[in-house]
Amino acid sequence: MVVLAIGPGTVTVVALLLIVLALVYYLLSTILALSTITKGLDEVIASVTEIIEKSAPVNDVVDDINSQLDAGVGLLEGLLVKKAGLVDAVGLVDGLYPGAAAAGFRNFPKSTSIEAPRISEVYTKGTLTLARLGREAPIAAANPAGPVLRNVEGGSLAARLLYPSVRHAAPPELPRSPVIGTDAPVQYEQRDDIGAPRKRLPASRVDGG
Amino acid sequence: MTLWWIGDAVLLVVVLPVVVYLLHGVLGAARSIVPSVRRIAATAAAGSKDLDATALLLTTQSQVEQTVAGVANYGGSLDVIIDDAE
Repeated sequence: MVVLAIGPGTVTVVALLLIVLALVYYLLSTILALSTITKGLDEVIASVTEIIEKSAPVNDVVDDINSQLDAGVGLLEGLLVKKAGLVDAVGLVDGLYPGAAAAGFRNFPKSTSIEAPRISEVYTKGTLTLARLGREAPIAAANPAGPVLRNVEGGSLAARLLYPSVRHAAPPELPRSPVIGTDAPVQYEQRDDIGAPRKRLPASRVDGG
Repeated sequence: MTLWWIGDAVLLVVVLPVVVYLLHGVLGAARSIVPSVRRIAATAAAGSKDLDATALLLTTQSQVEQTVAGVANYGGSLDVIIDDAE
């Protein structure tokens, strides 16, 4: 009876009403979600703008730093090659930084094809550093064009020969050893207990009581 | 009259579910963007904060210039003190 009271027009109205309600619900929810997205994107845009502003001068500054460092590297490499020669310079750098000889020097393209001498095995690093500091270094007294000064298989004798004997092996005059005895220039009072009879412990402790 | 009933049935059984399905998909897609946007905003803010130290590059630049100048002076002195290899 109820079904018969509802006509097709009523059903149409109800169906359309349901469709409209669904549209309203979902579209409002979508609008809320999109507004949230918009706020989030506004924050993103603000942060990205800050990033752009902050990073704008970085490129120029880093380029300047790199050019300064390149100039320093070129200066040091040029000085090293000038003073030590290209082959020894490559060996020196490879000795301090193993494997660096493969990269060579920036301003010396031939340095990449040089077989680096194993300077780190001939000299110790400390001696090597001293040798490059100038004439005051002991090793600098030897002729750098001569044979190697230290044989790795030769032991410590070869290493000792690196240094002039005047300085370490036979100095001209060492301070004399202190003089002791009755004729010593410095006399001390004799202790009373030396030579006296040995002190005895009490009898009770000796007996164990 | 019969066609009208058929139209009502189609409206309720086909059109309404399709509309709801499509709108639900749109809403789901919009809601899925929200957490991504929040993460992007947090990342961008953190990136902007990380770049606060870029001002120190100016100090680094100045110190590098001074260091290279010192190295150049030192190298000039060594050039005078030490004999050339050849």
